Amino acid sequence: MLKAVILIGGPQKGTRFRPLSFEVPKPLFPVAGVPMLQHHIEACSKLPNMKEILLIGFYQPNEEINRFLSCAQQDFKISIRYLQEYAALGTGGGIYHFRDQILSGSPEAFFVMNADVCSEFPLPEMLDFQKEHGDAYSFVILGTTANRKQSLNYGCIVENEQTDEVLHYVEKPSTFVSDIINCGIYLFTPEIFQHIGTVFQKNQQDMLLYYDEGEEQSNGWHRAEVIRLEQDIFTALAGQGKLYVYKTDRFWSQIKSAGSAIYASRLYLNQYHTTHPERLATNREGGPKTRGKCFMSERALYAGLLMHFFYFILGNVYIHPTANIDPTAVLGPNVSIGTGVTIGAGVRVRESIILHGATLQDHSCVLNSIVGWGSTIGKWARVEGTPSDPNPNDPYAKIDSETLFRDGKLTPSITILGCNVNIPSEVIILNSIVLPHKDLNRSFKNQIIL
Amino acid sequence: MKALILVGGYGTRLRPLTLTVPKPLVEFCNKPILLHQVEALVKLGIKISLSHEKEPLGTAGPLALARELLTDNEEPFFVLNSDVICDFPFDDMLRFHQQQGREGTIVVTKVEEPSKYGVVVYEGDTGRIHRFVEKPQVFVSNKINAGMYIFSPAMLRRIQLRPTSIEKEIFPVMAEEGHLYAMELQGFWMDIGQPKDFLTGMCMYLQSVRQQAPERLRSGPGFLGNVLVDPTAVIGENCTIGPNVTIGAGVVLEDGVRVKRCTVLKGAHIRSHSWLESCIVGWSSSVGQWVRMENVTVLGEDVIVNDELYINGANVLPHKSIADSVPEPRIIM
Repeated sequence: MLKAVILIGGPQKGTRFRPLSFEVPKPLFPVAGVPMLQHHIEACSKLPNMKEILLIGFYQPNEEINRFLSCAQQDFKISIRYLQEYAALGTGGGIYHFRDQILSGSPEAFFVMNADVCSEFPLPEMLDFQKEHGDAYSFVILGTTANRKQSLNYGCIVENEQTDEVLHYVEKPSTFVSDIINCGIYLFTPEIFQHIGTVFQKNQQDMLLYYDEGEEQSNGWHRAEVIRLEQDIFTALAGQGKLYVYKTDRFWSQIKSAGSAIYASRLYLNQYHTTHPERLATNREGGPKTRGKCFMSERALYAGLLMHFFYFILGNVYIHPTANIDPTAVLGPNVSIGTGVTIGAGVRVRESIILHGATLQDHSCVLNSIVGWGSTIGKWARVEGTPSDPNPNDPYAKIDSETLFRDGKLTPSITILGCNVNIPSEVIILNSIVLPHKDLNRSFKNQIIL
Repeated sequence: MKALILVGGYGTRLRPLTLTVPKPLVEFCNKPILLHQVEALVKLGIKISLSHEKEPLGTAGPLALARELLTDNEEPFFVLNSDVICDFPFDDMLRFHQQQGREGTIVVTKVEEPSKYGVVVYEGDTGRIHRFVEKPQVFVSNKINAGMYIFSPAMLRRIQLRPTSIEKEIFPVMAEEGHLYAMELQGFWMDIGQPKDFLTGMCMYLQSVRQQAPERLRSGPGFLGNVLVDPTAVIGENCTIGPNVTIGAGVVLEDGVRVKRCTVLKGAHIRSHSWLESCIVGWSSSVGQWVRMENVTVLGEDVIVNDELYINGANVLPHKSIADSVPEPRIIM
């Protein structure tokens, strides 16, 4: 019997996802048309022995989370529960705190995953790998290859190439250690809690020492119960014959910033060809079509330009069935359109996420942007961002987490419109972030608009 | 009567358009710049001379070169700078000049920023010019030399056949001798020698067409303000054109195009859903779909702009293909 635990964090986490995370908890943000978490849950529910999925985090229970849980239970016919931590306990502290719940029913093993990763979830392969490596109690980390420079931003794993044992583990080193990085997806056995328990006891003893010396009982990070799997557990377990790494070369990405949500959408939309072809929009029946007059000069033909048939869909596009799209709009590649969205005549959307209830008026153009819930984009307006995609020529390149500012200026990135933002006609909003409930009255470039 | 129009010069400020076509032949509101002046002169029954400088002779030298042509009778003659657009006041100039009975009359016009030009200081009631100040640092006067003159043949004795600046060398002497008078121009005036002013002048000219011959302008659904459209242009559905737009011969505008404050030259093609403001689109150029162009972007002849780009203040040389956005003003060679 198997279980899965998904660590979903809380409001103080995921701040790089603002202003989108003001409206909806980040784990519920739609990626490729469905909430981020749903991709994890789907992958878990495909395993025949999966009995229960537990979400651990410190969000207050709210309408969105509850609604998501009840829908997911119905759709996937599996028990899904949310266990709320009383405080942020770290990636190890949370599962330790709820160990009884996790172990109830005596699962042989359980997955632990971070909510903010996008992955192909090779869970069956990890199960097989675990049976073949170490003893019945060994633990598996999913790893992938990064380029040397970017590996410093992740947990780095040094492995024994013959046995796949983890010899050394360092979280975000300052010098190069290894190009194998931690994907944030693990397979544990119940024995993990003994190791966490050891760390917990030690922390408690340290706390007592401090308390004795008259220092105040500190808060948050200094609690004994805060335990981080990466720094506190993996580093200690490395080289002890207990921890193994299963390397994958399938797609994987972190989802830390809004820009990475668009990149993750692209990865999942591509996966839909095999897993959910019904989620991909196709061209209207009859294929490409021309409109009334065919505007094409001889010169254009001579120059080898493509004739402009008015395609509806380019590449991978997700469109919710309740969206209303004019036949002259052109969408894609890599576009997700949410519920109740209205798209007017001659609109162009590319590499973007359009969230529920937004309206894009005639002839507007949205590129590399996220348009928030209920926002409106006026006629002929242009909303454009700069993609932060990894270098396509480097197969191991990962999406960068750029700082918000560089050299005193806003780093060009995805344009984000928060919820209920109104963009007037004929303006350009370039590389900007607009906070919710804002009515703009002119063009903006490279700015954060409060 | 005769008129001499100075068309010399390389037209460097109106590049990239002048890399293909000499400046006097660049179409301003669907008519070559030169033709605007020539048509106004022809109304007066004026014969037009051509004078070819083998080497640049400045602004006065050409007059000396054309001395024979200009002095075959005693009538005064006009000298015009070809960059100037206005409601040409040639009969008023003639009347004023004959009334003064002196050697020269200069048309002056009032401008908001006189220090960009040569300023004229003159007596308000008589018009007698006292002096000129070139690009003054402090405010001297807001009247500038409008680039249109009328002279009596006698003044030609003052000019030698060599490179000479009429403003710097000839006028100051004439002014001192009391032979130079200023006539103030009524109505609009613009030096259209550079793209920004070309577009401003276009707005002024179209406004004057609205007042004098409104039937020349296009109106109806999809047209706002003053819009001049050549009869052979093709305009798609759901476009909004204007205010202040000139569309040349054979131009194609596809569906859903928005154009404001632009000149679109002959044979250009603007693809659907694009948005253009304050641009000059060169002959036979092609602007892709969903393009946004603004801020005095000038496309030379036969430029191709790919779909979905943002072009801000680009100056693009002829026969160039643009495949990337230009978010900040620059020149594209």
